[in-house]
Amino acid sequence: MTLNSKIPGGSLAQKWDNHKFEMNVINPVNKRKFQLIVVGTGLAGASAAASLGELGYNVMNFCIQDSPRRAHSIGAQGGINAAKNYPNDGDSIWRLFYDTIKGGDYRAREANVYRLAQVSNNIIDQCVAQGVPFAREYGGLLANRSFGGALVARTFYARGQTGQQLLLGAYSSLMHQVDEGMVRLFPRHEMVDLVIVDGKARGIVTRNLVTGAYDTFVADAVILATGGYGTAYYLSTLATNSNAAAIWRAHKKGAFFGNPCFVQIHPTCIPRSGDYQSKLTLMSESLRNDGRVWVPKNKGDKRPPNEIPEEERDYYLERKYPTFGNMVPRDVASRNAKAVCDEGRGVGDTGLAVYLDFSDAIKRFGQATIEEKYGNLFEMYKLITDEDGYEVPMRIFPAVHYTMGGLWVDYNLMSNLPGLYVLGEANFSDHGANRLGASALMQGLSDGYFVIPYTIGDYLAGTNLQKVTEDHDSFKEAISDVKARDEKLLSMNGSRTVKEFHREIGNILWNYVGMSRDKEGLKQALQKIPQLRDEFWQDVKVAGRADTLNKNLEFAGRVADYMELAELMAYDALHRTESCGGHFREESQTKEGEALRDDENFTYVAAWEFKGTDKKWELHKEPLIFENVTPVQRSYK
Amino acid sequence: MEKKNMTIHLKIWRQKDSLAKGRFVSYTVDDVNPDMSFLEMLDILNEKLIRQNEEPLEFDNDCREGICGMCGVVINGTAHGPRRGTTTCELRMREFRDGDTIVVEPWRAKGFPVLKDLVVDRSAFDRIISKGGYITIRTGSAPEASAIHVPKENADLAMDYAACIGCGACVAACPNASAALFVGAKISQFALLPQGHPEAIRRVERMTAQMDTEKFGACSNHGECEAVCPKKISITAIARMRREYWKALVA
Repeated sequence: MTLNSKIPGGSLAQKWDNHKFEMNVINPVNKRKFQLIVVGTGLAGASAAASLGELGYNVMNFCIQDSPRRAHSIGAQGGINAAKNYPNDGDSIWRLFYDTIKGGDYRAREANVYRLAQVSNNIIDQCVAQGVPFAREYGGLLANRSFGGALVARTFYARGQTGQQLLLGAYSSLMHQVDEGMVRLFPRHEMVDLVIVDGKARGIVTRNLVTGAYDTFVADAVILATGGYGTAYYLSTLATNSNAAAIWRAHKKGAFFGNPCFVQIHPTCIPRSGDYQSKLTLMSESLRNDGRVWVPKNKGDKRPPNEIPEEERDYYLERKYPTFGNMVPRDVASRNAKAVCDEGRGVGDTGLAVYLDFSDAIKRFGQATIEEKYGNLFEMYKLITDEDGYEVPMRIFPAVHYTMGGLWVDYNLMSNLPGLYVLGEANFSDHGANRLGASALMQGLSDGYFVIPYTIGDYLAGTNLQKVTEDHDSFKEAISDVKARDEKLLSMNGSRTVKEFHREIGNILWNYVGMSRDKEGLKQALQKIPQLRDEFWQDVKVAGRADTLNKNLEFAGRVADYMELAELMAYDALHRTESCGGHFREESQTKEGEALRDDENFTYVAAWEFKGTDKKWELHKEPLIFENVTPVQRSYK
Repeated sequence: MEKKNMTIHLKIWRQKDSLAKGRFVSYTVDDVNPDMSFLEMLDILNEKLIRQNEEPLEFDNDCREGICGMCGVVINGTAHGPRRGTTTCELRMREFRDGDTIVVEPWRAKGFPVLKDLVVDRSAFDRIISKGGYITIRTGSAPEASAIHVPKENADLAMDYAACIGCGACVAACPNASAALFVGAKISQFALLPQGHPEAIRRVERMTAQMDTEKFGACSNHGECEAVCPKKISITAIARMRREYWKALVA
């Protein structure tokens, strides 16, 4: 099968406008005849459901939390990028596009990224109008700060709670549409399968997380906005309920998975302290605006940080990357932190941490200014570590944070399965092999507010959709498969808990498909994962019953997915013998130890087709064509 | 620095479903590391219960970094526990001592029926928001962002109120189970921004009416809500809401 990315013709700047004009449009009074399903209520899902409801479509919106306001977009701290150029520092749509495509190490589509940069400004307008309380200057205008991978200040923010405030904005519009009767909400419902009829996505199966009831829902199109799969690593900055169920089960129904090995490991997280730990806490990358990263020059220097004199400190990012300094992109910052720790210069009890030091910034601006900018992050750090970041340098270490990979979609955000759309982190589309800071919020809202409302109309208008009901065999089959799977999980009563299996699969991924990868390690992972999967299906112990609220059963289903997904991640990582962005292959690096791409052989999106659990995936390649930028070795020196 | 592990005794509310009668059940958790979060301590209890073929304890949680508002239990009589300005998930075991007995209960309020164990139904909050906790703006119709000026003081204050995470601790702590702080925070955020003004009257009327429909009690200025709010939202939100309400009455 050839993948058709459906990139419109015309010059880069005109593609989206041309496309909007060429697409089919549905008469406003006919929109109410269509039923749409949106799964997920994060930035992408909530903004899509609200905007589609406003247009007049009937929308059913599902989420696993008790309220749509709690989706994990809420955890994003630092900000959202836009090409407004309010600071007058030379920003433009082109520069945002260029930074994003370069930041992604030339593994994203030009047309998608350009569109993202174009609509970025509309997003800020939309959010301000909704009452999102962005930070402002004394004159009453919007404030900006800078983020990694950019030399301009283009990031809008609401203290350290930008994701929360943007999500509450989208949620408020969503709840308005609920009140208008255009969106029906289904909180505490987990999508457990996708239903295909005549080759088209026509509905979903859900489990009611309170009663345990399995239900089916029919629609004319299904939109997944269910986030990334970083929880496969067990420890990550994701929420405990974040999971891959929706995208993974759609993948098993035929949707191709794009670049599964592209995972972002975020440099500024609070280091782990013990085995009991259930998650890692991120501190916004914006801290690197004013904080300086360092380790002792000498190995094994165990003196308290404040006793280490200036000349015995190595500000390694400033030393190696004088132009970008502490503001290098995330993949570069993480890899360098790992490198200095591997050299034995890591700090803290575990030696797996580096310092993030604010003493110079406090001297220059005063503690009050630093408090106003980052107060909540310092509080969070104190709460977790019992240390005061104003007095002693913070300790930070990289942690799994975001997955650039996801279901493959075309320019219209439709997967290879007709009628199945994938938005936000759940798709693979805009960030290539590394996402720049403050770009996730931008992409989620771009997809939901400004892309899907147009592109879905084109599909619905141009497709002959036969009438389908829940009595169709495909729905009956799907629901009985799902029930059988849960029954099997509950019936094994083995000797290891779901958490133990989750930890084990996470360890394999972290060790072999983590910050650096090599052929030997990946081959080992590909042996260990199927072995662990077999053990899981023979020996897992799941508590309780299916006909009640049972979080242990929910988790068991999700961990079962990771047992398969982890294999695909390792498989993809092994096949891509180049380094690019967050995917660092030991075998492919420059003399200075930077990621070395192999453009001749790997300038493509790897889209994997599922062939059966014990069969190999089939690779489909979507070539990436660069007509407007020339891929070069990324340099932040 | 090596920290000494603790033994913690727990009395936890167990309730099979919304119709069943609940009761307290006692448990003991050994080897509690003081740096552990309160929920990680409950995770350990659950692993133990699962191994013993008992039903694990159900409690809501998600982000585990104090921002999603999903978690929340009453700990020794205080919503979200002893430390001010934190959610249950942010609470660390170093707040307790070796050998302590901790009593854990769900939010208790008519507006928040218990679903199972410590899990309650807070959908009433969503219904209140749906009645006016928004500014009507069709996607795509927004004016240029810099056309709207907001004095920094107002923007900062609006952000203070907007920080509400909708956890419901205010209701759980209030002797009247009033939702006034939650509703007041949203109304105050929009009252401080010019974008919020056109719908101000309709907003306060509809949201307060829904608050009554959902069986939340009236506010009688106890101030317990402010004391337990993990985001330290000021009770001035309620005063502002009252002002908006009076404005609506005379409008």
